[in-house]
Order: sequence, then C-alpha cells, then structure tokens
Amino acid sequence: MSGAPARAVDTIDRRLIVATQSGLPLVARPYHQLAEELGIAPEEVMERLASMLDSGVIRRIGAVPNHYAIGYTANGMSVWDVPDERIDELGARIGALDFVTHCYHRPRKLPEWPYSLFAMVHGSSRAEVQAKVAEIAALLGADCRAYDVLFSTAILKKTGLRIGG
Amino acid sequence: MPEAAGIDAIDRAIIDSLQGGFPICERPYAAVAEALGIGEEQLLERLQAMLEARVLTRFGPMFQVERMGGAFVLAAMRVPEADWQRVLDVVNAFPQVAHNYRRESDRHCDFNMWFVLATETADGIASAVRSIEEASGLPVFPFPKLREYFVEMKLAVRT
Repeated sequence: MSGAPARAVDTIDRRLIVATQSGLPLVARPYHQLAEELGIAPEEVMERLASMLDSGVIRRIGAVPNHYAIGYTANGMSVWDVPDERIDELGARIGALDFVTHCYHRPRKLPEWPYSLFAMVHGSSRAEVQAKVAEIAALLGADCRAYDVLFSTAILKKTGLRIGG
Repeated sequence: MPEAAGIDAIDRAIIDSLQGGFPICERPYAAVAEALGIGEEQLLERLQAMLEARVLTRFGPMFQVERMGGAFVLAAMRVPEADWQRVLDVVNAFPQVAHNYRRESDRHCDFNMWFVLATETADGIASAVRSIEEASGLPVFPFPKLREYFVEMKLAVRT
C-alpha cells in the first residue's frame, strides 16, 4: 500500500496538481483552460491526468459531497479489536459493506488503544449508525474481542492537502 | 430522516453520478450532462451553485499524497476538557494538519481529538508529531494505515 511512489511526479505534474488541488475549472473545456494556464498542450494535460489516475497519484476525479448536506448527519468511526491473523479477511468483508466508506488496518497503541480495524460508518442519526455497527459486530462474531464507536461532534478544521506552488 | 437542504432531483442525480469517474476528454461536462439528460450549461451552473452552498466541498481530482512520496496519517490526542481551546489552537496552527475532528464515544474513550497529518515527504510525519507534542505538551498517537480495504465513496443522496 505505501512505500515507494508508484509514479514519479515531475515539475509539470506538480504544476498541474497545484492548479487543480482546489478544484477543476467549471468551464466547458476545463482541460484546455488548464493547458492555457500552464502553457502546455491540452492533449498533454489530459495524458498526464490519465497517467496519474492509472498510477493512483489521482484516486479519482469527482465531487466530494458534504455529508451533512446530503442527509448523513451522523458519522461514527467504529474501531475493532480483531485477531491479527484474521484481519485481512475481515477487513475486506467489512470494507465491502455499502454503509462503510473507509476501512483500514491501523496499529494498536497498547495499553491505551487495543483496536486495529477502523471502519467509518455514515447514517442519518446516531441510532442508525449504532444499528449498522451492530451489523458489523454480528458479522465479526467471535472475532470481535472489543469495539467502540467514536462519533464526530465538530469539524475543527478541514482544508485538505495543500502542496506549495 | 433529515432533509437534504435545498437539493432537488437533478442535484441528487449530479452528485450520485459525479462520485464515480469524471471523464477526461475535450468537453467532459457535456458528456456527463448528456448521460444525465440535462444541458452542459445547466450542469455547470448546478455545480457552481452546489459548491457555493457547500453541498459539495470540492470538485476535481483527489490526489493520493502517498503515491507522490508524501504521507497522510491519522493521529489522535487525549485532550483534557479544561485545556481544549489552547490545544486546539496549537494543533490547528500546524499547516500539516489537513482535517481535524472532535469525536466522542459512549464508552468513556478519552481520545477526543482526531486529525489527519498530510506532508509532502514521508519523514515529515514524525517531525510534525514531535512538533505538536512539544507545542502542546501532550502525547500524539499516530495511526498510520497498515492496509486499506476497499475504500470508495458510495453514499447515495438521501431525501
């Protein structure tokens, strides 16, 4: 998953990232507008974006909805203590549930933090999130040794990644 | 169930269709609009309006900093209530802190501040963690992802 970069990012890629990190231009020919800004051909802009998509430097091009605005006012980070030798199989099953948007294996921090599997669950109310968490608990069965759900109560900062120009 | 404020059926269709891949071609908005049965101009106006109303927080490429040699790491702190505002100001002042959420559980979990550190180089994380610990006087617990299981936006708009 991590480790060496999958694709080297050169100076022009970097300028393309800086030009698009706050958003894609809302004009009929957005890639042509970027090309004009950067002084390169539109075909090169499209090829570079396609290449960064292929290599995973770009996860996707799309819209990020505000969860609250589209009706998901409750979000719970469910955290699970499951056996290490089972975590990949269990993580794949939980990540595939349609109400789980993020699912990761992260390190325990003993003794303060026994949980190793993190699954983000969204719903319209805490009760709905709790019900979905109960579904996960049922799916895990005896592999669940302990769990907790941490609800977000305030967004304290949200700027996203910003790289320097 | 709460209303999705100010969103109509066309907005919903736009949001749902744009959670997947946006095309790379000369007129990508025209291609998406055609599939939705609306005009290119209308799609652009709707997107603009939803960004201004913060129904959408962003529209464009999502970059994975790890694939550029950088790092993106979740971290948490246990902040005493009496010290909350001071620590919040200290943590949020770091440009490496990309998102920060307050969280609470029903089970007396005292990890209440959860933030994401984004740095352009992988070794920037350790130094950011150290700097935040020094500035706040509290330990920072980094939770780097060891493995990611099928992550995808798949929330349909609710009404």
